[in-house]
Amino acid sequence: MKPATIEDLETIARHVRRNILRMTGEAASGHYMSSLSCVEILVSLFFSEMRCDPRDPGNPDRDRFVLSKGHAAPALYAVMAEKRYFPEAELSFLRRCQRPLQGHPVMHRLRGLDASSGSLGQGLSTGIGMALAARLDGRPSRVTVLLGDGECQEGQVWEAAMAAAHFRLDNLAAVIDRNGLQISGPTEEVMALGDLAAKFRSFGWHVITVEGHDLGALLGAYREMRSVRGRPVAIIADTIKGRGVPFIEGNLKYHTQPLTPEELARAFDCLEGGPHGT
Amino acid sequence: MEPDLSRCSHSRDAYGEALVEVGERNPAVVVLDSDLSASTKTSRFARRFPGRFFDLGIAEQNLIDVAAGLALSGKIPFVSTFAIFGCGRAWEQIRNTVALDSLTVNLVMTHAGLSLGGDGATHQSLEDLALMRVIPNMRVMVPADSTETREMVRFAAREPGPKYIRLSRRRTLDVFTEGEYRYDAASYPVLADGTDVTLCTCGCMVRESLLARRLLGEKGISARVIDVHTVKPLAREAVLREARRTGCIVSVEEHSVHGGLGSALAELLAEEYPVPLKRIGVQDQFGGSGRVDELYAHFGLDAASIARTVQDLVEKRRR
Repeated sequence: MKPATIEDLETIARHVRRNILRMTGEAASGHYMSSLSCVEILVSLFFSEMRCDPRDPGNPDRDRFVLSKGHAAPALYAVMAEKRYFPEAELSFLRRCQRPLQGHPVMHRLRGLDASSGSLGQGLSTGIGMALAARLDGRPSRVTVLLGDGECQEGQVWEAAMAAAHFRLDNLAAVIDRNGLQISGPTEEVMALGDLAAKFRSFGWHVITVEGHDLGALLGAYREMRSVRGRPVAIIADTIKGRGVPFIEGNLKYHTQPLTPEELARAFDCLEGGPHGT
Repeated sequence: MEPDLSRCSHSRDAYGEALVEVGERNPAVVVLDSDLSASTKTSRFARRFPGRFFDLGIAEQNLIDVAAGLALSGKIPFVSTFAIFGCGRAWEQIRNTVALDSLTVNLVMTHAGLSLGGDGATHQSLEDLALMRVIPNMRVMVPADSTETREMVRFAAREPGPKYIRLSRRRTLDVFTEGEYRYDAASYPVLADGTDVTLCTCGCMVRESLLARRLLGEKGISARVIDVHTVKPLAREAVLREARRTGCIVSVEEHSVHGGLGSALAELLAEEYPVPLKRIGVQDQFGGSGRVDELYAHFGLDAASIARTVQDLVEKRRR
């Protein structure tokens, strides 16, 4: 298969955004704001950076992905459907009883997930275990963990940050979706994270800061990541919560509140013709 | 019939030896600790297989999820630290990352119960059985002695799913013989026979219960003692058989009476075969500093206290 071009990735990202709005709209529930902020990150990982094959999801040499910010499940599901891990029609059953697409990802219910997640602060630790196992077995697998910025208020993230550097895990990367908002307000007002790059650097990580909606910049960050030896890599991606739908972008009102049918129609219009839609 | 009450050993030492044994047999076995390997005895494995041993430092939440990640990539992790920190501080990691997907992570926590005598309430663990028992998929085991500990480690290395094995800092009575004893989750070994009452016990309380049985014999009460090595899932038929046989059940555990062995037995018997039952354990209290024998006496867990409690129950029943 020929590598995806930036244009290909942009087309996929647009489709993923539509599906995020559609599925959370149908469910009248789900974190679409946090999902929209990590679309480019997920699309670039699944369609360019990571070695993963939906026809062979158990391959021990595959790259692993852990969605530590598990509430962005709609984004992950939309990307997995795009990648053909399961039929797109399943997206209509988000958060429904006894269906695979649980509100937060549950591995034993959905083939292709590498881990369950949702309780914040745990994914980076799980990723360390996977990276240690890959090193023990001499496998080429890389492990990428996507964290929310608010999530970095969890103490366990820093236990893990310390351990990953201690074990010199250069096959592990943490991507931080730095959208600056959490449920109660801006991260810097709720509990200031300060200079995340400096914090990770002081823990012994190689840090890359990138514009998180720029697909080309993200691919460049992954290239740099692969060249790093002897230390884990943190990619701090500056993003906008609700990206792609201007009237909800960065608007705290929409963090937990489902879109009304009218708002949803307006949001789809934005994606088709709006300033961020093409 | 009754074991020699003088031969004791550290089940932690047996754990350390058994880890090396299963590690030699299976290269997928890895061991994780939280800066306590000299106490938990995982240090033995660390010396033998340094590449497969990970000390995560004083960071229990990370410890548990790193083990989960190793399990997700096909390893068979054994994780050890003190019981209250492993089961307590990292409880939600165990629930959400280990047990939710039924990962094969073997939690072998030590220094449970009152066994950290001098260190006092913060380091003692009287709630761990309850904490682990309420988590779906979790198997909960308490070995009576060193031989049973080795058997459980072999079982844990071989069988899938999350497991909790509770060890003490204290020495346990050697009731079983290596090479003869086989761990069978579906039956509870009879340690001493009797007809008036069945003492259902585990771990360090095996010795106290056998000593109590001797005292009860002097009072004309015949007590049967069984080793309830698996608190979850309970071997239901084995418990019901005991209830039918003696018609009187007493649980003896170095744990809160809430949520542990006594609760598990009470729940089963109340629904399936109600018989007179007494739960001996710590009564909704924290531990404290002291020599372990002093603490046992203080909390009513020494042989004399157990015998008095059992005698009351049996005499009440006879009236």
